[in-house]
Amino acid sequence: MDTLTIAGKSFTSRLVVGTGKYSSPSIMVKAHEASGAEMVTVAVRRVKIPSPRGAGESRARQEESLLDYIDTSKYFLLPNTAGCYTADEAVRTARLGREAGLSNWVKLEVIGDERTLFPDTEQLLAATRTLVREGFVVLPYTTDDPVVCRKLEDAGAAAVMPLGAPIGSGLGIQNANNLRIIREFARVPLIVDAGVGTASDAALAMELGADAVLMNTAIAGAQDPVAMAEAMKLAVRAGRLAYLAGRIPRQMYASASSPLEGFVGR
Amino acid sequence: MIVLLNGERVELDGPMTVSDLLSRLDIDARTVAVEHNIVVVKRTAFGETLVREGDQIEIVNFVGGG
Repeated sequence: MDTLTIAGKSFTSRLVVGTGKYSSPSIMVKAHEASGAEMVTVAVRRVKIPSPRGAGESRARQEESLLDYIDTSKYFLLPNTAGCYTADEAVRTARLGREAGLSNWVKLEVIGDERTLFPDTEQLLAATRTLVREGFVVLPYTTDDPVVCRKLEDAGAAAVMPLGAPIGSGLGIQNANNLRIIREFARVPLIVDAGVGTASDAALAMELGADAVLMNTAIAGAQDPVAMAEAMKLAVRAGRLAYLAGRIPRQMYASASSPLEGFVGR
Repeated sequence: MIVLLNGERVELDGPMTVSDLLSRLDIDARTVAVEHNIVVVKRTAFGETLVREGDQIEIVNFVGGG
């Protein structure tokens, strides 16, 4: 069985999906099913504070929560620190996520720039060190920089998650060679996180040797998210099989597939 | 007393426990995580953690994200 193992936990699916940007919870539920994913990312945010009522006053119950729509017996929750701009914010958010989700896994994001949402790798490394010390399983979202990935791994990250392209851009893998190099360097699972636009992007990431692909917008933002989720499931599987099968070398000229003898009339 | 609740100044009557605060706000304690003066409060300690004048409280839950 070709399983993905991160920090001792095994997954059959190599596709990790998000829970954001869906037009409705029911479409998200169907897309998650179609994706075959076993791990889903969630964000940690302040609840809306209603004005406090006096003792004895009653009020309608609070709004429904995201967790009403995620079967946590089927899906492993991966809280993220999306939107954090400093190591301190990310560490606080990770601790809250651990308490809310009762697992010590975190998708660590520390953003350094608003327009590109590129990570601040200096802050990311600092937060990784702190959270690893506190016993977290840290999956850091990072730039596709082999040196940074190595530093994160040395800091104790349980996986490295370089971007294929900016978050939500749908541009696909922008620097395949960097991902190849990261593949060679990495001794922890390599998850390509962000930038996927369509199925071939996911397949390419897997063909380059990624252990998994993480995506949200590519599915949630597709015209038919449920169909795209299935396409992504198949693409990740196809890419993985192709990687394991070992592709033929690229060459400049043709190499005939049919015999070069026994031609008719010659 | 005035506390800083999710970044907003909120007036509450007297010191109260985190459990009391959540119940006053009609927030289901099982669906949220709470930070009290930058330190996460374990769910099992909601009933014994006192919120006092000037305290900084964060109450969070999970929302959709990537």
